[in-house]
Amino acid sequence: MTTLKDYMGQVPAWCPGCGNFAIRRAIGEALIELGLEPWQIIVVSGIGQAAKLPHYIKCNTFNGLHGRALPVATGIRIANNRIPVICETGDGDCYGEGGNHLMHAIRRNVNVNVFVHDNQIYGLTKGQASPTSMAGMVTKVQPNGVIAEMFNPIAMAIALDCSFVARSSCTDAEHLKSMFVHAINHPGFALVDILQPCITFNKLNTWQWYQERVYRIEEDYDPEDKVRAFERSLEWGERIPIGIIYGNKRPILEDTIPNIRQKPLIDQPFDRSRVEEFISEFL
Amino acid sequence: MIPFVGGDFFVNPGRLGIIEQVVAASAKKISIMDYTIKIGGEAGQGIQTIGDTLAKVFARSGYHVFSHQDYESRVRGGHNFYQIRFSEYPVMSSRSGVDILIALDKASIDLHRGQLNASGMIVYDSSSLKSKYEDAGFLEIPLAALAGQHGSPVMSNTAAIGGTLGMLGMQIGPLLDALEQNFRSKGADVVEKNQSVARAGYEYASINCPDCPFILAEPGKPLYLVRGEEAVGLGALAGGCRFYSAYPMTPSTGIMDYLAEKSKEYPVVVEQAEDEISAINMILGAAYAGVRSMTGTSGGGFSLMVEGLALAGMTETPAVICLGMRPGPATGFPTRTEQGELLFALFAGHGEFPRVVFAPGDPMQAIMLTARALDIANKYQIPAIILTDQHLMDSEWTFESMSLEGTHHTDYRLRGEELADVHDYRRYALTESGVSPFAVPGASENLVVEDSDEHDQDGHIVEDAETRNEMVRKRTIKKLQLIRNEIAPPLLYGSRDPNVILIGWGSTYGVIREVIDRLSPEENIAMMHFSQLSPFPDLEREGHLQLLNQAAIAICIENNATGQLAGLIRAETGFQLSARINKYDGRCFLLDDLLEEINDHLERLHGAGSRVVPGMR
Repeated sequence: MTTLKDYMGQVPAWCPGCGNFAIRRAIGEALIELGLEPWQIIVVSGIGQAAKLPHYIKCNTFNGLHGRALPVATGIRIANNRIPVICETGDGDCYGEGGNHLMHAIRRNVNVNVFVHDNQIYGLTKGQASPTSMAGMVTKVQPNGVIAEMFNPIAMAIALDCSFVARSSCTDAEHLKSMFVHAINHPGFALVDILQPCITFNKLNTWQWYQERVYRIEEDYDPEDKVRAFERSLEWGERIPIGIIYGNKRPILEDTIPNIRQKPLIDQPFDRSRVEEFISEFL
Repeated sequence: MIPFVGGDFFVNPGRLGIIEQVVAASAKKISIMDYTIKIGGEAGQGIQTIGDTLAKVFARSGYHVFSHQDYESRVRGGHNFYQIRFSEYPVMSSRSGVDILIALDKASIDLHRGQLNASGMIVYDSSSLKSKYEDAGFLEIPLAALAGQHGSPVMSNTAAIGGTLGMLGMQIGPLLDALEQNFRSKGADVVEKNQSVARAGYEYASINCPDCPFILAEPGKPLYLVRGEEAVGLGALAGGCRFYSAYPMTPSTGIMDYLAEKSKEYPVVVEQAEDEISAINMILGAAYAGVRSMTGTSGGGFSLMVEGLALAGMTETPAVICLGMRPGPATGFPTRTEQGELLFALFAGHGEFPRVVFAPGDPMQAIMLTARALDIANKYQIPAIILTDQHLMDSEWTFESMSLEGTHHTDYRLRGEELADVHDYRRYALTESGVSPFAVPGASENLVVEDSDEHDQDGHIVEDAETRNEMVRKRTIKKLQLIRNEIAPPLLYGSRDPNVILIGWGSTYGVIREVIDRLSPEENIAMMHFSQLSPFPDLEREGHLQLLNQAAIAICIENNATGQLAGLIRAETGFQLSARINKYDGRCFLLDDLLEEINDHLERLHGAGSRVVPGMR
């Protein structure tokens, strides 16, 4: 039987006490619960502390460019729509550098699971503001405080009719694992925004800050009610809801492509005679 | 016509027969049929429909065709034209003179009247141009009225096509067949109406143009008509491409159109990406997962892809990019042609990694080299670039035969039973050749890890110098050595011992070859055409450099301002070419203009009064 130990890869280069350790553990536990072995999944990542995660668990990996995990994941799913694909990304990678791809991956509803390690700050480049940094936060580069309005990924995803939108927190390990399981089980694009303290650079949104605010959304909450979901997505500050905020059953991209409905592209061998048939069209 | 020459570098013109035929014809004072039809008008008037149909009809009738298009970056209005040349001999460039000008607007007459050959004709309809021309050389055909009487007013372009064939005295049968094919999906009524309108235009021109001076040569058998963009698309399929992702951009959009159409009946998937960054990353994802993939763009989009190009280099993921050049910098002339990105294609990307760059000269080469780019990219796990331009992408050529013979497909991926037997897999295993077996992820218990960071043999991040050295040796130095051997030297055409060498690359192939055909009777001349540019071909191995050294003059002809190939040859070989002809107005070289310029050089070489007069008309 696969155990958590089987999932452990290189020794992480994260700061001791980083929220990423909790995320790594929760992913391992979720995959075990789903009965997925390391070789049965592909983890795609870009650049940032979160993007290093696939080196620290065992899995198939494509660790590419900053912000570009989603197009890579989309290409993988079109080539092989049988294998579960997870993107490990951060608030800078996914909401900053790769914002355009997020918007369009949600629109396509490609069956990819995006886990955003959202620590509201840039860690790898040492402490600059991220798209989700709260207005007023002072950093080395924003000495007068962040002026831009904080990016709200949950509200944006709902507006785009994202088929699965959840938020979780490193401060609630059990919840984190269950969100991963739900996301991977969900057919369609799944966004999980994970609140995560950066113990080195973010002195505002600390473990304690999240612990005091985060609460699990009510059990009778209906995530298919889009208007209510949008209202909940705006809840931030004194109290922050975690859980599946929104979901729907839109058709997924892969199911709308006739050429891969029966069989993944990787399982359709090349046949030159079929290409030769096109030559007569030029006569 | 010209076969693809892999390693065999010399094309014997005697075997091709073209020069001999031309020489024989001119000696006997037989005029060679060589007509040019120009269709001018505003965007949206249907110029392309007329041009496409005529080109198809000529090719089916057994004439050789070359067509090119000149259009503005707008959907309606402005001035566009479509130029078709046809002959009983192979034609591969456009000429400056026009024999029939089909003027759909007044601007076409104002702009192109001066290009009319001595016995040329202008066809127009005064009801739509709101002008009447009484001068000789004008033939008014009431296109709109004929269309209205015999079919529907929207079919006036069909009347123009019929009228043109009537003026030429060509059989109408192939046109009626083409209309049947074009309009079949719209029902029998639409087909019949178009056919009657075509007949009406045909008869009107036959009766009302008794002075039409056109004499047709005996046609041959029906010929294949291929446009550059379709050729790249077909070559992609022949090379095993199963996934194409791109953002629309002239002049490469046609590849995506072709493949999307084919996806209805063939297992290829086309995804329109949100931007070019996404396009290249998508194809890398699909390639990693185990499917041959490709993208296409123009200079601006390629600029956005450059980081992804380096990612392909670092992760050793095969990627094929068709870069269709247009005049830059920045937005430049969005719908015109230039060869301004040779050095960009050669050197794009941060860091050092091997790549191949192919620049096909005609649609047949485009098929072969695109398929070959896919093969080499997958064999060596490297990026490959097909460097073409608006001129080649939009131009049509005819071929007597067409096949995929010479394309090659081997599945280099580690998968299936072969993979099932592997238990100690490492994605970047150090091998003798530098190429590591590339397993399909998820197909076995072996983990396939690719990384844009410097990595160890397992694909995981490292920081140490020793591993870095090993990986650079494997990824860059060793592979480069192997890839060099795959590159064919430039194609030679013409004299075996030339006194004059014309050098070109990519889309200037056709026009330079025709210049050689024209000048060969009098001049000891040859073409050296580069279609494989990176790694730079070895010019010593088969004597190319020696030819250059022995020639009295070597002229590099490029559709750019700075002479990028001339500079590259000097950088790679130390050989300084004696002259350059550069054109950078966004238009292609025309045969007559290039002949003039070459003649200027020859006159300087041989002394005044030595001017070689082109053999025909």
